[in-house]
Amino acid sequence: MKSSRSIRLISRRAASYVSRPTSRLTTTTERRQYSTHPPNARLNLPIDYSATPLLSHSSQTALATPDLPSEGKNSTTKRMNLFQAINDALSTALTEDENVIIFGEDVAFGGVFRCTMKLAELHGGERVFNTPLTEQGIMGFAIGAAAEGLRPVAEIQFADYVYPAFDQLVNEAAKYRYRDGSCGRSVGGLTVRMPCGGVGHGALYHSQSPESLFTHIPGLRVVMPRSPLQAKGLLLAAIRSNDPVIFMEPKILYRAAVEQVPTAAYTLPLGKADVIKEGKDVTIVSYGQPLYTCNAALEKAEADLGISVELIDLRTIYPWDKETIFKSVQKTGRVLVVHEAMVNAGVGAEVAAAIQEDPETFVRLEAPVQRVAGWSIHTPLMYEKFNVPDVARIYDSIKNTLEY
Amino acid sequence: MKTRLLPRASFRQAATGAGRRTPVSYAIASTHVPSRPASSGISQRPGASHVSFPGAVKSAFTSKLQFALASESPSLPTYRVVDQDGRVVDSDFSADLADHEVVALYRNMLLISIMDVIMFDAQRQGRLSFYMVSAGEEAISIGSASVLEKGDVVFCQYREQGVFRQRGFELSDFMNQLFANKKDPGKGRNMPVHYGSKELNIHTISSPLATQIPHASGAAYAMKMQRINDPSIPPRVVVVYFGEGAASEGDFHAALNIAATRSCPVIFVCRNNGYAISTPTLEQYRGDGIASRGIGYGIDTIRVDGNDIWAVREATKKARAMALQGEGRPILIEAMSYRVSHHSTSDDSFAYRARVEVEDWKRRDNPISRLRKYMEARGIWDEAKEKDARETIRRDVLKAFSEAEKEKKPPLRTMFEDIYEELTPDLKAQMQQLAEHLDRYPEEYDLSDFDGGRSGLK
Repeated sequence: MKSSRSIRLISRRAASYVSRPTSRLTTTTERRQYSTHPPNARLNLPIDYSATPLLSHSSQTALATPDLPSEGKNSTTKRMNLFQAINDALSTALTEDENVIIFGEDVAFGGVFRCTMKLAELHGGERVFNTPLTEQGIMGFAIGAAAEGLRPVAEIQFADYVYPAFDQLVNEAAKYRYRDGSCGRSVGGLTVRMPCGGVGHGALYHSQSPESLFTHIPGLRVVMPRSPLQAKGLLLAAIRSNDPVIFMEPKILYRAAVEQVPTAAYTLPLGKADVIKEGKDVTIVSYGQPLYTCNAALEKAEADLGISVELIDLRTIYPWDKETIFKSVQKTGRVLVVHEAMVNAGVGAEVAAAIQEDPETFVRLEAPVQRVAGWSIHTPLMYEKFNVPDVARIYDSIKNTLEY
Repeated sequence: MKTRLLPRASFRQAATGAGRRTPVSYAIASTHVPSRPASSGISQRPGASHVSFPGAVKSAFTSKLQFALASESPSLPTYRVVDQDGRVVDSDFSADLADHEVVALYRNMLLISIMDVIMFDAQRQGRLSFYMVSAGEEAISIGSASVLEKGDVVFCQYREQGVFRQRGFELSDFMNQLFANKKDPGKGRNMPVHYGSKELNIHTISSPLATQIPHASGAAYAMKMQRINDPSIPPRVVVVYFGEGAASEGDFHAALNIAATRSCPVIFVCRNNGYAISTPTLEQYRGDGIASRGIGYGIDTIRVDGNDIWAVREATKKARAMALQGEGRPILIEAMSYRVSHHSTSDDSFAYRARVEVEDWKRRDNPISRLRKYMEARGIWDEAKEKDARETIRRDVLKAFSEAEKEKKPPLRTMFEDIYEELTPDLKAQMQQLAEHLDRYPEEYDLSDFDGGRSGLK
């Protein structure tokens, strides 16, 4: 209970921080809230989620989403934030398949981030329930249920707490189909949801982005949505997928990102990147929340430098869509990879290595691949804004690659 | 494990409105009550002998300062039907098997023990990469499996050959897996003894210890959900086997706790054979074995003599019925035995225990000789039958052995398949890379053992 209160506050606080208009700044002599930005900042301004082109603010833009299948295109839409979209996807999954069950710590009353709100009341305590506080138990239980034909959606309360379940994920979930061979059993019905990423003040254990640890495990699919519309489509695809999926939810977006979301049940393809914005001079590859930062940086860079930048959302971090990335880099010749997780052995390392490894892409490179990511440190409370890639660092990286 | 952070007061006011006195979480929790209400009667009636603290509602107050002393709590008894001489000691017991069925059980125990000796030697000769015998524990696996229904789902650790045999594994099935040939359902990917069978409802064995225990809880929950969704499905239980060493893993704790809180119809069978590789139980735990822990989780528990196949059968039979009562519940069986053999072919157990101790167990009491004495006392078995059975089994094992050894290994492409439901573009590309490499260096690799040779990688 204490935890849920604190977490709700964390996310609510984060949401109000990021959507607050820039004009509310006070003089420097007054005691400043830590969530404000420097008075003369031109680049590192808070993301304005109400205006960003990465979210569908109208029904028309939502329904024009690339990859949206016909059931989505012919649907009505509704304004939802990220946790509501996830709730909508979970509710849809529970309704359409009796084998879907949802469990984890504190999910029955609605979850500490409200993602499972009303699901227990609507679908019964046998299908949506609390587990004891044990991540390895949650994962082991989920694997057993999936191996016997259920489609469990397990929740790890924070990605920071997935490590006790690591053995179950690496040695069991990922290898189940492979070792069972022609017996044919797998845990393909398994989806593991976990909130991830920084929220401004989550410090060491409420901020982590451990996606690259999962991308090193054959057998798992790793997905991270950037918006409510994406979250619903990708989560439904994950639940319907016959491979186990790690579904990571940037918790800073739970309340901050609001957009029109098709009300119908629709999926978005796993393993396929999304070219958010076309450009010809530089490619930026990212996923999750940093895409908003990337977009703010590229808007400034385009205005200042008279260039055009292509922005690509990986969406699925593993197995990832190399073809789309290679095609873009062959066109632009310059590329940045941006992520919040620390730089060493992160997703950026894999993307950069694959780019230089592909003969047709390598010869088109005009500059070294740049990585803008967290430093190789833990996530410290007071220093988060110097650690997470911000608009200024991405802007600078765009300049660097152009000046090379 | 988790920091349960409390926000600063100013945060709370900012987010919830200053002056609000009811904690937010409490207000929300009380309007979205889950289907099972929490125990919230935190009050004391006048003269009551206890307060219903939510964490232990039946605890009475005491004014005496007294710790519950682990050393003074009595050891749980070990249930036995037949003693070391094959005599029935449980007066309530009546055999539920016809004589020929008893002989069939005995022959399965014999088969496992003979196969074990032959395969152990085969490994010593280098014809097999690895092996683990189950000597001394045949009654636990065969006895428990013999009272399960075909639809019951089983998870094993690795020393449960008897379960596979009792549920229908043929010698050829064992051998195909051990030799990792193309008839091995595991497609040659797993170490020897990591058996699995879809038809027999036994999940494929994996090496990490205890990981299968919470799987069993989850699978049992699936059995329960399937009956809720379709009541015409016959009731089923899940049975999971593990050693006393594995019970020290966190997964054991997680599995029993979650099975109890979710009322899962699962039977936990612990094979307590005294050793985890070289570690004796004195270095494994200090409580009363594994059984005493079951009660702590609210799980009905029994300890049985694992050398007594009748005791194992009776306990498992009753456990199965209990597990299916009401909304379902978990049961723990601790079967006591002695690991007569080395841990595996990679282990020489005389490095950490006396040869005489092992010889003593072999001679004094083992499950096979005990059932044999029982059968001899009933006049359904004798020396001639024993000799004949041993010879026949030995011949059958050797025949299955040589047939499996001759089979080709699975085609090379098998190494890339089943990572995902479908081959990913990356995996297709890597298959191609390996194919081209093999073409460039044909002399460096022997592909003759693999089904289709080089063309097996297409």
